[in-house]
Amino acid sequence: MAAAAFKSSSFLLPSTKSHNRFLHSRAPISVACHRSLTPMASLNLTQTIGISETFSGLRKQGKVALIPYITAGDPDLSTTAEAMKVLDSCGSDIIELGVPYSDPLADGPVIQAAATRALARGTNFNTILSMLKEVLPQISCPVALFSYYNPILRRGIENFMSTIRDVGVHGLVVPDVPLEETKALREEALKNKIELVLLTTPTTPTERMKAIVEVAEGFVYLVSSVGVTGARASISTKVESLLQDIKQATTKPVAVGFGISKPEHVQLVAGWGADGVIVGSAMVKILGAAKSSEEVLKDLEIFTRSLKAALP
Amino acid sequence: MAVLSSAVALSSSSLSKPKPSISSYRTSLFKYRALAIRRSSPPSISCTLTRDPTVQMEDDKETEIRVFQRPDSFGRFGKFGGKYVPETLMHALTELESAFHSLAVDEDFQKELDGILRDYVGRESPLYFAERLTDHYKRSNGKGPHIYLKREDLNHTGAHKINNAVAQALLAKRLGKKRIIAETGAGQHGVATATVCARFGLQCIIYMGAQDMERQSLNVFRMRLLGAEVRAVHSGTATLKDATSEAIRDWVTNVESTHYILGSVAGPHPYPMMVREFHAVIGKETRKQAMEKWGGKPDILVACVGGGSNAMGLFHEFVNDTDVRLIGVEAAGFGLDSGKHAATLTKGEVGVLHGAMSYLLQDDDGQIIEPHSISAGLDYPGVGPEHSFLKDIGRAEYYSVTDEEALEAFKRLSRLEGIIPALETSHALAYLEKLCPTLPNGAKLVLNCSGRGDKDVQTAIKYLEV
Repeated sequence: MAAAAFKSSSFLLPSTKSHNRFLHSRAPISVACHRSLTPMASLNLTQTIGISETFSGLRKQGKVALIPYITAGDPDLSTTAEAMKVLDSCGSDIIELGVPYSDPLADGPVIQAAATRALARGTNFNTILSMLKEVLPQISCPVALFSYYNPILRRGIENFMSTIRDVGVHGLVVPDVPLEETKALREEALKNKIELVLLTTPTTPTERMKAIVEVAEGFVYLVSSVGVTGARASISTKVESLLQDIKQATTKPVAVGFGISKPEHVQLVAGWGADGVIVGSAMVKILGAAKSSEEVLKDLEIFTRSLKAALP
Repeated sequence: MAVLSSAVALSSSSLSKPKPSISSYRTSLFKYRALAIRRSSPPSISCTLTRDPTVQMEDDKETEIRVFQRPDSFGRFGKFGGKYVPETLMHALTELESAFHSLAVDEDFQKELDGILRDYVGRESPLYFAERLTDHYKRSNGKGPHIYLKREDLNHTGAHKINNAVAQALLAKRLGKKRIIAETGAGQHGVATATVCARFGLQCIIYMGAQDMERQSLNVFRMRLLGAEVRAVHSGTATLKDATSEAIRDWVTNVESTHYILGSVAGPHPYPMMVREFHAVIGKETRKQAMEKWGGKPDILVACVGGGSNAMGLFHEFVNDTDVRLIGVEAAGFGLDSGKHAATLTKGEVGVLHGAMSYLLQDDDGQIIEPHSISAGLDYPGVGPEHSFLKDIGRAEYYSVTDEEALEAFKRLSRLEGIIPALETSHALAYLEKLCPTLPNGAKLVLNCSGRGDKDVQTAIKYLEV
């Protein structure tokens, strides 16, 4: 409760005028959640720790990171803002925020549809930035953006990195840029202290995986299955050996994503030695349901808590 | 750039001479200089200019290799091209590239491919002197260019698309992949892919935008008749770009069992190079036929450009012959200023779509803008990376024509030559209106008649009164 009260007071910070465009404070939501890991985390405000530091902290406590993914602007940006606060207060360790794109190659139907809806509602990069500028100081866990390459290129890599750094983003995932093309991204990310997360997959040969984990920052994103994002009935047992291979190659934290949608899944993957689990489409599906904002946020809270409870 | 512009100047001056072939020796010197520029971006003018011509001559032996090495080992044409795909596909692309390289020197494969191209596709396709079209463009003094049509419309399935489809199906067979996927816009590539899958007994799934399925219902029926499954794509704007995205997603998911027959010189490396090589037969035949017919080379090549496969197929053979003008014609839809067009090279900005860096139609936020063209085959917001490269170095010229102009040309060729061209091809034909009056007497112009127009009559009926 103290945290919630403090968060409300942040509304008085000399931030921006456009405040209420995104943030309709819905008190009942934050009340129900209680962050057990770092109860006073919100005291940090703008000094949220980075992604790799978050992992080191968790590792010391023998904990596995919960990393939810949501699409910015679906159903609208004010709900996204509230959802980020809900996710934060329900024990998420890192939030991955998707920047909607017109041609999301790596995404399955759920996230595709969310991106299309978000764009149709007029969500663009500037409105997302404004939202983040207001919300990030109010949440304690670091945020990584998930963006396809073209919107980054269009803005200019340098400009993109410094802009997201300025609003307080810590990490970046670019799903359509393989290792060979990441040089420019990595340089600018480094300059701006943005942790550039790289992906490795079941089809990645071991030697290539080693080269990827070598330069990955923040964490290594292990894609659990061959395919696009989206809930799957079960998680391939191949993930266990892939995790072992990666662990042999690096001490960097490894988070598993794509297809993970249930408490049983996160429990299983954590048991195989993952340092983090990423849950995307299942979250996006909840937020995209044809219900009121209050209802979807309530559902999101219940779901997030069920995942958190399944993790060590 | 100075070298390039002088090369261009030389080529245009050669047009005004009675025998352009005379200048071919001199231009061969420029050919290597132009290559040197291409290989370094940005162009290093001074060092190129000071290179001794004798050094250039030594490069002669390396020419073939250099041509083959465009793109570079990572699939870049200058800054364009590359492999911007999810990591899951990287291994498959590497595998595909090595398969392609080993088959390029595999005699059995080449023999099998040549046999099928001859007996099944019906190659070689004629280089036809369009006499009445030539007369149509004669000036009042009786002078004007000579217009030839490279008759890709006479291929089996009615377009150039089959050249690539047949070769990639053979390649898939060699890779041991029995499931084939493809995207299609107008349906021509889908029909070509369904055809070769029937021929080789492969499972075939075609992704097609729901909106395009309506526009091209005849081709949907053809594909189904040939045994293919046509999957409607409803996401995004339900057109070619979305069908391409969906095909890539299928490939990401089924990469271990599936080969993706990409239909244009677009997509991630090695597709732009591979598809170009499979269509390069168009240009090779043209060179040989030109030599037989008039003992020289063409002076001007004209082709329509959507993704750009028929144009690249015709151009590739002549890219190093800098005395041959290369002209690509894009779709201006309702007009370049209408915001409803597909003139990617004319109006686009550099970006990344479907695995390659190229010119794109996009907004200030980097979101892809939906293109428009009356021709479903040109209705694509991107373009093959090599075209972007040829445009930037000034080697090829790109113009655009509107839906209306294309429809006029559709009717004109039907009336003057008894050939109903595809609406895509009609764009190239429409540009003759502007081009021909500027050409010297007797200039040899080869236009790639990339497809037949039977598939388009349903569309044309709505606009043309005949």
